[in-house]
Amino acid sequence: MNFGNLFRIALKALSNNKFRGFLTMLGIIIGVGSVITMLAIGQGSKRSIQAEISEMGSNMIMISPGGDRRGGVRLSADDMQTLKVKDFEDIVEKCSYVSLASPTVNASGQCVYGSNNTPTSVYGVNLDYLEIRNYKVEDGDTFSEQDIKTAAKVCLIGKTVVENLFTNGENPVGKVIRFGSIPLKIVGVLESKGNNSMGMDQDDLLIAPYTTVMKRIQAVTYLQGITCSALSEDYTDQAIDQITKVLRENHKLKDGDSDNFEIRSQQELASMMTSTSDLMSTLLAAVAAISLIVGGIGIMNIMYVSVTERTKEIGLRMSIGARGMDILAQFLIEATLLSVMGGIIGVIVGVGASFVVKALLAYPIHIQPWSIILSFAVCTFIGIFFGWYPARKASNLDPIEALRYE
Amino acid sequence: MREIIKLDGIKRDFIVGDEIVHALRGVSFTVGEGEFVTIMGKSGSGKSTLLNILGCLDTASQGDYFLDGVSVRDMDKNQRAILRNRKIGFVFQNYNLLPKTTAIENVELPLMYNNKYTRDQRYARSVEALKAVGLGDRLEHKSNQMSGGQMQRVAIARALVNDPAMILADEATGNLDTRTSFEILVLFQKLHAEGRTIIFVTHNPDLEKYSTRTITLRDGKVISDESNKNVLDAADALSRLPVEND
Ligand SMILES: Nc1ncnc2c1ncn2[C@@H]1O[C@H](COP(=O)(O)OP(=O)(O)OP(=O)(O)O)[C@@H](O)[C@H]1O
Ligand SMILES: [Mg+2]
Repeated sequence: MNFGNLFRIALKALSNNKFRGFLTMLGIIIGVGSVITMLAIGQGSKRSIQAEISEMGSNMIMISPGGDRRGGVRLSADDMQTLKVKDFEDIVEKCSYVSLASPTVNASGQCVYGSNNTPTSVYGVNLDYLEIRNYKVEDGDTFSEQDIKTAAKVCLIGKTVVENLFTNGENPVGKVIRFGSIPLKIVGVLESKGNNSMGMDQDDLLIAPYTTVMKRIQAVTYLQGITCSALSEDYTDQAIDQITKVLRENHKLKDGDSDNFEIRSQQELASMMTSTSDLMSTLLAAVAAISLIVGGIGIMNIMYVSVTERTKEIGLRMSIGARGMDILAQFLIEATLLSVMGGIIGVIVGVGASFVVKALLAYPIHIQPWSIILSFAVCTFIGIFFGWYPARKASNLDPIEALRYE
Repeated sequence: MREIIKLDGIKRDFIVGDEIVHALRGVSFTVGEGEFVTIMGKSGSGKSTLLNILGCLDTASQGDYFLDGVSVRDMDKNQRAILRNRKIGFVFQNYNLLPKTTAIENVELPLMYNNKYTRDQRYARSVEALKAVGLGDRLEHKSNQMSGGQMQRVAIARALVNDPAMILADEATGNLDTRTSFEILVLFQKLHAEGRTIIFVTHNPDLEKYSTRTITLRDGKVISDESNKNVLDAADALSRLPVEND
């Protein structure tokens, strides 16, 4: 069997029916294109989540009040007030594996400057928090330990709030804004962090001493959370153990009692988030894979019809000496060529679509070479697999029967 | 004279429903190299069935068939395909050219299934075959851009191109007008003169006078087998045909 000749024969047969060939390829083009685009989107969001986590520091530990939230039972007000400033102070003092720690108390409200106002949140924290969450001051300075002691009416301001309040390009540093009814003096402007992977604007906030938020804004005695940082990622577990011990002691919990607080590490959160995005990628890829299979069935369909339609041609080829396997090979090559060409166009379409998604929706995408190779290999396989049955049928035709076919 | 075909008690039965149709009921004859045999007979007498067996497109239910000294009976499908490719040139009533395909590509086709030929040889031989049938100037014409007579010439060139032991033609002139039929007949006589073995099936009694031998079939049996002492010249007949003016 001369492969080169069979290849030429198959190519000729395809070029005699270009439009139909294109229609057949369409299924594969859409299939491969969507597999690549979907995987690029899935991988892109996974990567951006990972990048964000590593930027935040993978050794972050978050403590929140309230115990196990099993069953989604709503927590009573008491349960939400278990964390106290004393807990924070003891963690700093007693937990050797904790390097940084900050209380957190948040409040939402309307922020006003001159005639402009905007809804935003104020985060009450200490200076460690800036380091843990990687917030940097671009203009001006942070507040001081003294400000924390005196619950000074000062704050740092995020870029989004600046844009909303200081519409005429004034320098916000030194200006006094009001959060609710409390005047706060801006001591520094935060460097922009952009959106996080959930699409939340990380620049839409004020950062103030936690004492200020507790006493002057919220008027509460408890904390909404404590954010810590372990010495390093490897010490996260030890740090969590120490914190648990300190908090159980402080809260006077007996051996059998369950925790009335919750500790989550960034690692845990990270794996949760990546597993969510993995699930999303898998679902997207599955949908795309189905369309690839539908494309394959399209090839089978067309090949099947064309075997019937070209029965006479097959009879003629056999009468001048084509063997069953020559016919089989011709139809298989035709099917493979269709799927490979469809695959190539699909790759181009998929890569193109990924960039369109990136450009138009500002969605993070990442095209992995293996996704191209994989979808290409799959579609070639599909072409051969689905081309096999009609090709087989063609090769088993009886020469005279085929010649007589009308 | 070398024996090209030797048939010995060939029978061919078709089963249609519960009925058995005896298309051939024991046909025996031999054909030597360089003979030009016309097979005659009424419709349904078994001419096509016989030719299909001769062309290794079909196999006999009983009896032996030796082609060029080789028994065809025990061959499998692939071996018969190779035999068709190397030893047999088939010409059909309805030409059977590939659609949307040029004359040269159609003629090249049998050689495509033969590894012996390189691309250049294939092309050269096909051009030669097309020249031999008088279509040297129509190489790139597509099958749908040609007349019936031209298409049949292409088909004959395709049958010639692999230099077969014999050329089998089933009603090769059946779809053509008288004039074109004679043109084709001239071509067959020319090929015969070059030493080729030709089996020519027709039900037109006028055509038998142009071959060297006539075998007549009736109900699947040979009822006469005569050699023709006085072979007429088809070119002569063609020149005496009235020229149609319209
Ligand atoms: N594939 C087949 N199945 C069943 N019967 C067949 C088949 N082929 C041929 N026959 C029968 O065999 C007999 C001979 O047919 P064949 O085609 O050989 O005749 P023929 O001499 O070529 O006739 P014509 O001049 O009309 O072409 C007919 O009775 C026909 O019905
Ligand atoms: Mg017939």
